[in-house]
Parts: sequence; structure tokens; C-alpha cells
Amino acid sequence: MQTDPTEMRLRSLMLASLDGDAAAYRSLLAELGRHLRPYFTRRLTPAFASHAEDLVQETLLAIHTRRLTYDRNRPFTAWFHAVAHHKFVDHVRRQSIRLTVPLEDDAPVIAHDDSADTLARRDLNIVLETVPPRTGDLIRRTRVDGASIAEAAAVHGMSETAAKVSIHRGLKALITRFAGGPK
Amino acid sequence: MTDELITRLAADLKPLPRSAMQRLLLSAVALSGIIAAIAMIMWLGMRPDMDTATGTMMFWSKFAYTLSIAALGFCATLVLARPDGRTRWPWLAALALLGLLVIGAVFQLTRAGPGEMMPLIVGGTSLVCPWRIVVLSLPILFAAILVLRRLAPANPTLAGFAAGIMAGGTGAWVYSFACAENGMMFVALFYTLGIVLVGGLGALLGRFLLRW
Repeated sequence: MQTDPTEMRLRSLMLASLDGDAAAYRSLLAELGRHLRPYFTRRLTPAFASHAEDLVQETLLAIHTRRLTYDRNRPFTAWFHAVAHHKFVDHVRRQSIRLTVPLEDDAPVIAHDDSADTLARRDLNIVLETVPPRTGDLIRRTRVDGASIAEAAAVHGMSETAAKVSIHRGLKALITRFAGGPK
Repeated sequence: MTDELITRLAADLKPLPRSAMQRLLLSAVALSGIIAAIAMIMWLGMRPDMDTATGTMMFWSKFAYTLSIAALGFCATLVLARPDGRTRWPWLAALALLGLLVIGAVFQLTRAGPGEMMPLIVGGTSLVCPWRIVVLSLPILFAAILVLRRLAPANPTLAGFAAGIMAGGTGAWVYSFACAENGMMFVALFYTLGIVLVGGLGALLGRFLLRW
């Protein structure tokens, strides 16, 4: 009925093992381990790759303690795959409850400091106070908050061209004051 | 590491008899069923009209319905205890059986006189019947869960439910020897309710106790 050579070899090893043949059992478990290692490594994210060997051992142990659930009349590889799949799903479920992050991934937490943003914002407020209030607001809207010139102009009830000129003049004045004048 | 494990497991290998799982579950159900029967005799006692009851159609319909549900639950539990186990026919067969019982009950009610209707539906023990079935099923449910903990159910909740239906059917079968109700509709309603309650309890226990 079954013609797949892997299935036939593994199944005959399993049947011998169930009858108590330790040598067959040993070579069966060794071969299953060789199938399991890449199976788990492929499915785990790189952060959890080190868990693959644990999963291999857990699966081999489950095969041992629960081998009486294998039906001798059914394909062995299907049963084996179901055990491995169950162990993998169980692993993912446990990890999602107690999610751990490897040490290398900790760096980005200190790479960005929110208080630096606050300081920059404060400096910007001081600088923008040195130009007329309407010009300062136009610059803030278009260059900091990301609004378009048309939107900023509409807020102040002026034409787009007038807003453009106002922003240009304001920026030019700021550059003169803080960067030592235009080169 | 893994090689050491393989050596240890190979040293621990003992030959397994064919159909070891079936025997394990069957002996657990038989043993706990005997406990339930003893509990039933000590707690409720056999129905007083046992001698004449075995000649009635009603006694045997209760007997057959509950025992068939138990057997279907047994079949479902055996399949669902495997990691690659999927099954639907036991559930469909159990529903068909219930449908058959309801048809019989409607037939019985149409032939009954107006004064006999309510006793055939609600009887005199409808409030205690489901709970007695639950109590008598508990030993069987616990034994089944203990066995299932050594097996590998793909879906622990569903396997627990199947074990519960099996335990409920067996408990209801034991109870049918103590119950003197004669209405088919009574059985279809309150026996089924008791069995389903045990099924729900089994699903709940399975969810927490059958993880592997």
C-alpha cells in the first residue's frame, strides 16, 4: 500500500521497536533526530534558533512516552509529523506568553532618547520667537509639522505666494542670526 | 546531549502489546464503571420494579441508548487520543441516535392519553436525574482523563469532551438501572442533558489536564 521508501523504512523500524528491538529503536530515534533538527530550525525565527535542540529532545521524549498512540496500521510518518507539529505549536504558544528577547536586540532601547527631542523642541521655540509671530508659525507648520505651504497659508488667510515669501524671509533672517550670515 | 537521550530511551524500551491503548482505556472504563455501579446500588438502589421492568420496551430503550452513546464516546476518545486523530462519524451517529429516540418519543406521546403526557415528558425526577448521572459518571471521567494523560491528543479540549460523552453514557447506563421513569421524551431530554453536562466537564478538564 505504502510505496515511499522513507515511510517503509521508518515504519518497519517503528514496528520492530514496538516489539522491543532496542537496536532498531536506537537507529530510528537517531534518524528521526536528523529529520527534526532542520525541521525546527527552519520554522524558528533566528532569535529562537537555539531552542531547536531542546525541541528535538522534547519531541524524541514524547515519541518514547506516547508511542502507544501509534496505530500499527497507519502511516508512521504522518504520526511522527503530528507529534513534531504539536511540539512546535506548543513551543510557540508558550513563547508568546513569556516572550523573551535576546541580548543583541536590546541595543535599540537606548539608541533613541526622548528627552533629546524635548530639548530640541525648546531650542526651536526660542529661535522662532526672534522672527515675527506669523512667520514663525508658518515655518513651524511647514518645516516641523509637515504641513504643505497651501495648508499653512490657508490658516493665516494669505495667498500661497505671500506665505512662501514670508517663510523664505524668516529662514533667511534666522540663518543670518545663527549661522553667521549667508555665505 | 541528544545522543545520550537516545541511549537512555533505547535502554528504557519495553515491548508493547498490540492494541495496548484500546485495552488500557477499556479496562479503565470497566473498573470505574464497577465503582459507579456500586455507588449507584449503595446510594440510590435498583429500581423496585426491576423484575417486571426487564420485560418492558422502555427499559431496553434506555439501556440501548445510553450504552450506544458510551460506545460511540469510546470510539471517539480512542481516535482523538492520537496526535493525528480526527473523527466525525461518532458525533453524527450519536446525533442520529438522539433523533431516533425523539421520533420514538413523539410516537409514544401521540398514543398516550391527555393525562399521561406530562409524566412521560417531565416524569417525577427530572430535577435530580441529570445531576445523578453527572455524579455517577465522575469516577469514569476521572479514570478516562488519567489514561488520556499518558496519550497524545491533538486537541486536548475535544479529547476531553469525547471522554466526557463516554463517561456520561456509561454513568447514564448505570443510572438506568435505578431510574423508574417510563417516558422516552424524558430520556431524550434529561438523560441527554446529564450526558452533555459530563461532556462539558470533560472538555474543561481536558483543556487544562491533557496538555502534553
